[in-house]
Amino acid sequence: MTTAPAVPTTNLRQKLLFLYLANTDLHAAVIAWSTFDGTSNDRPEMDDPDPPYATAVAAMRDGWRVIQVAPMQRPAAGQEFELGYLKFEVILEKLEEVSA
Amino acid sequence: MNKPVADVAPAADLASLPTQQATLDRQHLLSTLQMAEFVSEGFLRFDQMVPADLCEALMAELRAGLYQTYETEGTDWDSVWPEPLAAGRIFRLPAVRGVIESLIGPHPRYDHHFPHLRTGPDNGHQGLHQDAEIDPRGSGFDIQISFFPHDIGPEHGGTLFLPGSHFRRVHNSELGRYQNVLGQVQTVCKAGTLVFWHTDLWHAGRANRTATERYMFKLRLNPMVRQYRLWNTDDLHDPVVRDQAAKILKRTQPWHGQQGRIEQMNRARLWREISGDQEFDTNMYWRRTDNAPQSQYTPVR
Repeated sequence: MTTAPAVPTTNLRQKLLFLYLANTDLHAAVIAWSTFDGTSNDRPEMDDPDPPYATAVAAMRDGWRVIQVAPMQRPAAGQEFELGYLKFEVILEKLEEVSA
Repeated sequence: MNKPVADVAPAADLASLPTQQATLDRQHLLSTLQMAEFVSEGFLRFDQMVPADLCEALMAELRAGLYQTYETEGTDWDSVWPEPLAAGRIFRLPAVRGVIESLIGPHPRYDHHFPHLRTGPDNGHQGLHQDAEIDPRGSGFDIQISFFPHDIGPEHGGTLFLPGSHFRRVHNSELGRYQNVLGQVQTVCKAGTLVFWHTDLWHAGRANRTATERYMFKLRLNPMVRQYRLWNTDDLHDPVVRDQAAKILKRTQPWHGQQGRIEQMNRARLWREISGDQEFDTNMYWRRTDNAPQSQYTPVR
């Protein structure tokens, strides 16, 4: 059995961009967003007034790769008007080289 | 499960509670439009509502350590912080009482309080969250009051609120992944400002970038009477006011997206509950959904 190496074997690091859209269309407007940067030790700056991209497709055109989109699910019977978390989540990534 | 409005029960045995706000002048109660704002946005803000001398008195008492982080939870609010404690004097100012009693009625129950202190400079934003645990109630709500006893500048990291998020059933800090949401508002205010908010409103404290202390004194209260027409309802049936209230309740937030109409429906449901106006609706969403005619009709053959 092989085990995962304790230290990264390449200099590639992952950056994640979470975009929350107005609906399921990847052209729909971004209404919330978050970044998680594996290339940096800094905490993300929050409270930006504007999203980094207007749509998920705009982020894709800038080199971000979509790795997950929220599934479309009908509401449970009796809970059609209950709302919870932001529904239309798209997770994107970029891999970037960091200096050794 | 969506509870029908008809199932609403009082939060306490009404026979054991005073039903009149006899000691509070009606002028201090909220108006119908202010109540509509609360139902729509999930909060009401009153700038410099508390005089400077009381703000300074509270700051002195906070620094002297006079306030525990929790008093006796579940106790009668009227017995908490008796004179001459500044917190008691602040939260019992007639103008402050007027807002409290408009939202949750007289003689509420003390839930807890917490003097939030951030000694700057720090670099850590608190994640967005909803307080306490999941709130499954189909009717009624608690309130929290955020009191800012000193000036809060943009760098102090005053409480950030997400307007219109109070109908979301979520669990505490599971929201932590959301760093930025369109329409979020960070509090920047003068000393003496109070924000009265629905306890399910999403919020967060932000980093204090200054080299000074930043206080936010939070108090949570529970209703002990049914939340029904507790504000100054003299104008409730004025057609102009009704139209204006409807516009406020139909206002969507920039982050609502596709779900804005369901947000409007949830507001309409709460408005029906607290106003007694069972016909109130936005764009016929409820009337359409509830339409199940029982009258029989036989076509002419």
